Amino acid sequence: MELNEFVAKFAELFEDTDTSNFCGSTDFRANDEWSSLIGLSVIAMVDEEYDVALKGDDVKRAKTIEDLFNTVKNKM
Amino acid sequence: MAFLEFKNVRIAGMAAGVPKHISSNLHPDEEDNVSTDYSPEDFVETTGVKERRTSSTLCTSDLCYGAAEKLIADLGWNKQEIEGILFVSQTADYILPATACILQDRLGLSIECYATDMSIGCSGWLYGLSSLAALVNTGGIKKALLMVGDAKGRVKGRRNPLFGSAGTVTALEYSENNSPMMFHFGTDGSGFDAIITPDGGSRNQITDASFQFYEYEGKKIHRLQSRMKGMDVFSFGITTAPKSIKKLCEHFGVDYNKADYFVFHQANLKMNNFIVRKLKLDSAKVPNSLHLFGNTNGASIPMTIVTQLKEQLRSPQKLLCCGFGVGLSWGTLLFDTDKDIVISDLVELEDTETSTYVV
Repeated sequence: MELNEFVAKFAELFEDTDTSNFCGSTDFRANDEWSSLIGLSVIAMVDEEYDVALKGDDVKRAKTIEDLFNTVKNKM
Repeated sequence: MAFLEFKNVRIAGMAAGVPKHISSNLHPDEEDNVSTDYSPEDFVETTGVKERRTSSTLCTSDLCYGAAEKLIADLGWNKQEIEGILFVSQTADYILPATACILQDRLGLSIECYATDMSIGCSGWLYGLSSLAALVNTGGIKKALLMVGDAKGRVKGRRNPLFGSAGTVTALEYSENNSPMMFHFGTDGSGFDAIITPDGGSRNQITDASFQFYEYEGKKIHRLQSRMKGMDVFSFGITTAPKSIKKLCEHFGVDYNKADYFVFHQANLKMNNFIVRKLKLDSAKVPNSLHLFGNTNGASIPMTIVTQLKEQLRSPQKLLCCGFGVGLSWGTLLFDTDKDIVISDLVELEDTETSTYVV
């Protein structure tokens, strides 16, 4: 599991933001497009791509995309 | 493993009642508790709930009563032969007595009637159906009504735009050597607070503080209103529903791809679409009712059957149904409908106050 690949998949969930705006250290909640509805897409993406069931708290605790990447990695 | 099978009972008919009044989610009014976290358009796109039925007067039992009168007439059943009512809801008429008792009298059924309530949510039709089917399967009760629904809340307040009001009735009949109803059930109480109404039970009694509003996921709600950890419920639904379906098929040695239609609890469109994709189902075989009626809790499976599959059920069909939610709790059912099943037209009720059974 690669961080760059995870960031790219995460970025695809944002329709109105250019993917080049995302990297591991991105504080995704600061993005105007972020909402609890995109949170559902994150959970779906992680289930589909990594077969990991995230909890809401896993998403809430993560500040950056890399934080979430590490959570997923630890659950694999 | 909670697997159940009943061979001496059939579903004779189904009906649903809803308020006539339609609330639009693209044009919410002051009655709708919309989140400031996202736009109405984004909400509708994610949840699929364009509109839903609402009423400030009609209780769940009023909707079930309207549907039951219609179904009994359509079936041509003699009311004196109906010996059981199971009412499944989280919005009962009173804390006590059981609403099923009121419905026995209101429908004019014999006092030789088994009647009780069950408090469970999104898996409610499956739990109610299995419980009542188990009784009818014995032959001790020959005809019975399962009523599942939710409507007007216990506390006055703005409404959650995800949920719509509905009251459904499923008529069960003793029938020897029928094709089996096959069930799988599961429960994970570690997620008890994923969907919860914190106050009003005996754990947290009602006090003045129960009415104080607080912010929850962009909405102002109080502790007598239900709240949901959306992401937890989403994660639970997309993992648990496919697993339950696969377990049922493995246990009974059947292939879920043989089902003619897949009727899922109408949670929200995003969740349901994801489950469909995970199971690699043909979406033409997966009817939805949530665009018109919203998430109708335990009623959502029978609501979908009544409003979306009426024509198809004129000939026998194999249906796979799966409900999942508050508890956390889930259930899956595989069964065949027969050519004689009666599906009543949707009953739409005027927004009127009931004067009977009111104290």
